[in-house]
Amino acid sequence: MNIELFFQYLVAGVTYGTIYAIVAIGFNIIYNTTGIINFAQGEFVMLGGMTAVTLHAFLPLPIAILSAVMITMVIGALIEITFIRWLISPSVLRMIIITIGISILVREIALHIWGAGVKALPYFSGTAVSAISIGDVHISPQVLWVIGVSAVMVICLNLFFTYTLPGRQMRACSANRDAARLCGINAKNMVTLSFVLSAGIGALAGCVVSPITYVQYDGGTALAIKGFTVAILGGLGNSMAAVAAGLLLGILESFSIWVMPTAYKDVISISILLLILFVRPSGLFGSKEAAQLKEF
Amino acid sequence: MKVAKLAVLLLAMTLMVVSPVLAKETIKIGAILAVTGPAAFLGAPEEKTLVMMVDDINKKGGIKGHALELIVKDSGASPEKALSFAKQLIEEDKVLAIIGPSTSGETMKIKGVAEEGKTILLSCAAAEVIVNPVAKYVFKTPQKDSYAVIKIFEEMKKMGISKIGVLSSNTGFGKAGKEQIEKLAPEHGITILVNEVYDKAASDLTAEVTKLKAANVQALINWSIEPAQSIVIKNARQIGFNGQIFQSHGFGNIKYVEAALPAAEGVIFPAGRLLVADTLPNSNPQKAVLEKYKKEYEQKNRGEEVSTFGGHAYDALLILTKAIEKAGSTDKEAVRNAIENLKGVVGTAGIFNFSPQDHNGLDINSFEMLTVKNGKFAVLPEPKAKKK
Repeated sequence: MNIELFFQYLVAGVTYGTIYAIVAIGFNIIYNTTGIINFAQGEFVMLGGMTAVTLHAFLPLPIAILSAVMITMVIGALIEITFIRWLISPSVLRMIIITIGISILVREIALHIWGAGVKALPYFSGTAVSAISIGDVHISPQVLWVIGVSAVMVICLNLFFTYTLPGRQMRACSANRDAARLCGINAKNMVTLSFVLSAGIGALAGCVVSPITYVQYDGGTALAIKGFTVAILGGLGNSMAAVAAGLLLGILESFSIWVMPTAYKDVISISILLLILFVRPSGLFGSKEAAQLKEF
Repeated sequence: MKVAKLAVLLLAMTLMVVSPVLAKETIKIGAILAVTGPAAFLGAPEEKTLVMMVDDINKKGGIKGHALELIVKDSGASPEKALSFAKQLIEEDKVLAIIGPSTSGETMKIKGVAEEGKTILLSCAAAEVIVNPVAKYVFKTPQKDSYAVIKIFEEMKKMGISKIGVLSSNTGFGKAGKEQIEKLAPEHGITILVNEVYDKAASDLTAEVTKLKAANVQALINWSIEPAQSIVIKNARQIGFNGQIFQSHGFGNIKYVEAALPAAEGVIFPAGRLLVADTLPNSNPQKAVLEKYKKEYEQKNRGEEVSTFGGHAYDALLILTKAIEKAGSTDKEAVRNAIENLKGVVGTAGIFNFSPQDHNGLDINSFEMLTVKNGKFAVLPEPKAKKK
């Protein structure tokens, strides 16, 4: 047991955890409005990263990121309007299958636009090797960026869902769509808004993590699987819980590498997920519809 | 109207009957490549290379008057798809030879089918098991992974490194490399202190490299073909790992270097000479071939940089062409015998000398030790000064 080593593993865990968490937040928004899991969330992350890399060729970094987020939001809206909006009271299962289809479609389109190569934004501050060192513990400044952006996101979302009218309307749609409609809420617009929001958050996440993880046309799926795990662990719909669960999972994985071969890392995360699903599914899942979801 | 239609039909029929008499029959060559999917960085340049070469050969009148017909099947790196394509190419299209597949897993899956169908298979995949033990109809063009490992160990000896950590990804490539490292380390006096396998989609490997650093290894070998190989070196330098970093021949793609700059500086890895073609001395027998391929490929593909992977397909078609010329026929058996006896074929991976015992034909000198200098590939200077 070496105290510096302990902290280095902790830092590694925090790095994993924040990446998982920032992706997980996107899942929660669409869930909050529609009660479905958007399996194309990983593709929003990828689109954000890819678009930002492309734009950064001729725009300064902050503007490139901002534009990439905007573009992805528009794409999110188009996807919802094209594939989901016109459906008359679609079942949860049907919407989920649609999002899986969208994810495959977006991936293939991205392959044609950007090819299969690996791309990345530059580090926001410093370079790939720079690290903030405290004794023999090193942390990449980009990790701090990811933590900072996640924190701002969570705070803003909580404020949005608690205090603003559209935020409350979106939550009303999730709780009971018919009742919300009777109160004069345009449920269809709320669903579109939720896709726009989560596309934007996914894109921002994609930009912030891309210096660390790189972005590739099919890179969104891998991130989405972990993000999904974390979103469920923390309790769907709750962004704050997603961050806590992300950090918990990341740190557990990191320490598992200390004592066990790396190959078992995913065994840990999947075991925890299964355990949570078996032991307290109802506590973590708000609605009955979503409880059916965990069967796959 | 009716007359016109009839005339066209008649003309078409005569053409169909006449054409084989006018020109010699075309030679059908199949190619099973991972043009899309996770191994697209292998399959895509391989496909572009083959299309380019076949066009070129046909423009020049084919091989001894036989035009080539290339049938490309995109396997998406799926061994199951590769298997059904292989059956289709052998049984329906009756191809003379199959070039590919791009990955070792796919190749092993269709090895048996090629043997049964008595069809030449020229694999573009690295794993040694493809040609060891030798199968009658199966050949491969990339260098063996055991040579890559031996090259690295020899370099380590020169640098006085004996305690190492090994990281590899959970793919066919990573697994084959790890096995070779474990097998060959004892006889080269190398001790493996940490040996970890990570997921091919890993997004950060800080904890893995922390484990290496804690074990005080002198050097790290990473064996993978995914973006993870850039992530590894970045994370290692971030946590202040100062040892030498070695990579496999999978690192031979400048995009991975660019993604990891400046951490990629000084990384050492074995590779074919294609990546450093312009810096080779004129006396090098491969220089002319390498520069020609590089120039043609980059012109044809709007400046897309050449990679060693496309070179493996180049070598495969080159060997097949030479064998058909040598055999003087398009009979499968004759061409196969011709490949087995080809000597001194200068390809992009090295100089091929086939024999009934050696269906790869390359020796260890086909690998050169390269390093990254100022963001570019360069031949590792000799003798190697110890890195700080």
